[in-house]
Amino acid sequence: MTHSFIKTATGLWEVVIGLEVHAQVKSLSKLFSGAATSFAADPNTKVSLVDAALPGMLPVVNKFCIEQAVKTGLALRGDIALHSVFDRKNYFYADLPQGYQISQFYHPIVRNGFLEIDLENGETKTIHIERIHLEQDAGKSIHDLHPDKSFIDLNRSGTALMEIVTKPDMRSAHEAMDFIKKLRLILRYLGSCDANMDEGSLRVDVNISVHRPGTPFGTRAEIKNVNSIRFIGQAIDHEINRQIALLESDQSVDQETRLFDASSGTTRSMRSKEDAQDYRYFPDPDLRPIVLTEDYIQKVQESLPELPNEKRTRFMEDYGLSRYDATVLVSDLETPLYYEKVLKNLKGWKDQIEAAKLASNWISGELFAALNEKNLSIDKSPIAPEKLAQLLNLIGEGKLSGRLAKDVFEIMIETGQEPEKIVDEKGLVQISDTGALEAIVDQVIKDNPKMVEEYKSGKDKLFGFFVGQTMKLSGGKANPQMINEILKRKL
Amino acid sequence: MNELIQLSYSALRQKVLNKEVTVQEIVKAYTDQMQKTEKLNAFVTICPDQALKQAQEADQRFQKGEARPLDGFPLAVKDNFCVQGMRTTAGSKILENFVPTYTSTVVQKLVGAGSIVVGKTNMDEFAMGSSTTTSFFGPTVNPWKSKDHASDLIPGGSSGGSSASVAAHSSLGALGSDTGGSIRQPAALCGVVGIKPTYGLCSRYGIIAFASSLDQAGPFARTVEDTALLLREMAGHDSKDSTSLQYQVPDYLKALGKSIRGMKVGIPKEYRPDGLNAEIAHWWDQTILWLKDAGAEVVEISLPYTKYGLPTYYIIAPAEASSNLARYDGVRYGLRVPGGTLDDLYSYTRTAGFGDEVKRRILIGTYVLSAGKYEDYYLRAQRVRQCVTNDFNAAYQKVDVILTPTTANTAFKIGENITDPIAMYLQDVFTVTTNLAGIPGISVPVGLSKEGLPIGMQVLGPMLQEEKLFQFAHIIEQAARFKNLGGHSL
Repeated sequence: MTHSFIKTATGLWEVVIGLEVHAQVKSLSKLFSGAATSFAADPNTKVSLVDAALPGMLPVVNKFCIEQAVKTGLALRGDIALHSVFDRKNYFYADLPQGYQISQFYHPIVRNGFLEIDLENGETKTIHIERIHLEQDAGKSIHDLHPDKSFIDLNRSGTALMEIVTKPDMRSAHEAMDFIKKLRLILRYLGSCDANMDEGSLRVDVNISVHRPGTPFGTRAEIKNVNSIRFIGQAIDHEINRQIALLESDQSVDQETRLFDASSGTTRSMRSKEDAQDYRYFPDPDLRPIVLTEDYIQKVQESLPELPNEKRTRFMEDYGLSRYDATVLVSDLETPLYYEKVLKNLKGWKDQIEAAKLASNWISGELFAALNEKNLSIDKSPIAPEKLAQLLNLIGEGKLSGRLAKDVFEIMIETGQEPEKIVDEKGLVQISDTGALEAIVDQVIKDNPKMVEEYKSGKDKLFGFFVGQTMKLSGGKANPQMINEILKRKL
Repeated sequence: MNELIQLSYSALRQKVLNKEVTVQEIVKAYTDQMQKTEKLNAFVTICPDQALKQAQEADQRFQKGEARPLDGFPLAVKDNFCVQGMRTTAGSKILENFVPTYTSTVVQKLVGAGSIVVGKTNMDEFAMGSSTTTSFFGPTVNPWKSKDHASDLIPGGSSGGSSASVAAHSSLGALGSDTGGSIRQPAALCGVVGIKPTYGLCSRYGIIAFASSLDQAGPFARTVEDTALLLREMAGHDSKDSTSLQYQVPDYLKALGKSIRGMKVGIPKEYRPDGLNAEIAHWWDQTILWLKDAGAEVVEISLPYTKYGLPTYYIIAPAEASSNLARYDGVRYGLRVPGGTLDDLYSYTRTAGFGDEVKRRILIGTYVLSAGKYEDYYLRAQRVRQCVTNDFNAAYQKVDVILTPTTANTAFKIGENITDPIAMYLQDVFTVTTNLAGIPGISVPVGLSKEGLPIGMQVLGPMLQEEKLFQFAHIIEQAARFKNLGGHSL
């Protein structure tokens, strides 16, 4: 176990972080009403009688949402409850039409999962997950449209959420941020949640406390409204400093809910523990318990896609990639698909491992840089994976040097043309004709007698100079391997 | 009294088929009776014009030979069943002007079968009560008067508007809801038949909730046959209610007239407390004799947890109600009393919109669910509820049905028991355990007290054994030859 203590003038501090993640289930309809889910629809256009809690309306659970929670629980290695129960969480708010939120308090659908994160020192750490439960989202209150009126949009009311609660296992902002990155990736692989923090489909509350190493945990504050991974880091760092400053000046940390303000990067008090509501949880009598069978869970297990860590291991084992390279390739949903399509279209390579590595390098190097510059995701890449494979095949066949290939790539990214066509049109074919290359090498030797003499007297390093000169004279088209051979022979 | 409003549905239907009368004439007779008995305040809203229009349509179907099972059945609907386009108040000021855009499943089924809604009946506010005196629209008066005619009596509750209407012949049948006795108790006090079906037999969709785990819709009528007919048409699975049972509804009419010879009737000793009204006890014994005469074997049984039924009920029902009624907040529909802050809006609206009994139960319910109380009250009540259910399950190993009085007393005066909620709550003592266990129960009138007030007996059965209930109720009805002439006041 590694420790990441914070050192101040008064000594060491340890930070303890737990997360509560609200992941909106990717579903066409809501958790209990059958109304369509929506993002950015006109206000109050995706609201059923159930969502607006009209008298006599009853919830009916959406089985698809249950399956998504089971999938997520299995992917996070949790125990799926064969019997779980929806409870009512009672409180009044204008955007909570029923006057209660249907959630799972006493018997959640998933318990005891875990997720591995990568530490800054290259090691991994297990973050335990206490529970995952299903609940319905509230609507939205809009307070800034009118000086003394509030508006309510119930489109979101009743949308399914998975609340994923971790144990207080994280010890730094980095760990919390990596947990969210890893979780987001798994949710996207599963398709159970879009996990877009900026659209609110993934919302994170951070529980944080500090204490002296070897002493009990400190009093925690909960930080809400942290809607990007970068902000999670900022909010935690700010909160660590605030809490340490309080404790070092002999003040105490209040157990309270704080709001993160993105514009200042600070947190401010929202409500104290004394204001905490008594939610009067009790089992919702309108709904029956969710009863699952081992068979059902087994079927969902079998339907799980390959998850990021499994894919990374496979890429390392099958394609000989380094852990780092494999991690880069699996860190979103589309890149590994792209990568494996490239691999499928590679032809004529003797060394498959070399080809797989080359493809990986081109994707995480040239392609990522170009896409980044154009602000495109890989599934919108102007270069289809088949075409990138063609380009790599030209390298493999010795028709293009790496340098020429980069030139061709630049044209491809702008035009989307086939690499062979570009090569033909621009005359970029590598010179692999021994006679022609020998003539160029002869010319280089003839032009640099002094260097030749120095080289022959033992200055081996000058070999590179001759390679460079030859390449330059050929206009970059010379086959590098052949130059090496001819130079060695002639010098 | 017009002869038409004294006939059963099958007799009326035969007359229509014989072209002796039209549905329009029947409906007109009923709406006339509604006017004549207006002072009973059985209805919150009436719809005679719409009813006549539907009667025309029913007549056309009869003419074409396409009559539906309930075509032309004049039906009163308790005002907690939502009916599209028809004001639905639950007897509360907070919903005084609420008009739903949807219809509850059971009303939809009954209307689909041809029955004609003549009006929405008065009820205790949000079905909380046993007297129909807590309604925002004033108390309903029982059509029955004691011989001295001294004062107006309660019709029972909470479905007192429905029971009073059926007893006063201003409807042929009516819908009620029963959470702790709200169909059976008013049926008994008004001298009509009322059944609370098995929990989950009838859909709760579109019924304004009081206590979701106890609420169940059921019909009233003057005869067991009409009651069975209504239940047959309104029962059945509904995918819009998660607690609705998957069950093939039988034709309950086939149970009528079947012998009970050799069947066993349980008489629970705990229902005969010291001080049980002597006249009720007398009619109970009389009913036992009738059943013995019909060949049934009568055995004493024990339901030891009965005595905990009432306190258990008065924890669970208010707990659920406190949450179910949170939606009446003045934000989206119903009464709104504006306030400077959101909390003010809630406070002013709910203070003005709810009556005392509703407020009392919201407070009790909030208390028993609150932190530190939940385990001692709500969870313990749930465990006792299971014990009550086990009591019944054990009893039904030995007997087919159980016979008890429906109420401990006959109808009391309007205004009595108002200051003592506990006395009012005791009205439910014989009925609440049925709801706690989810089993069905039917109340049948058996006779009159010396004062001339109706007394009802209750037949309870195992889950989904409504057929047995109708079978026994029909035997009792035949033996009792109870004449419901709409009470002495009519």
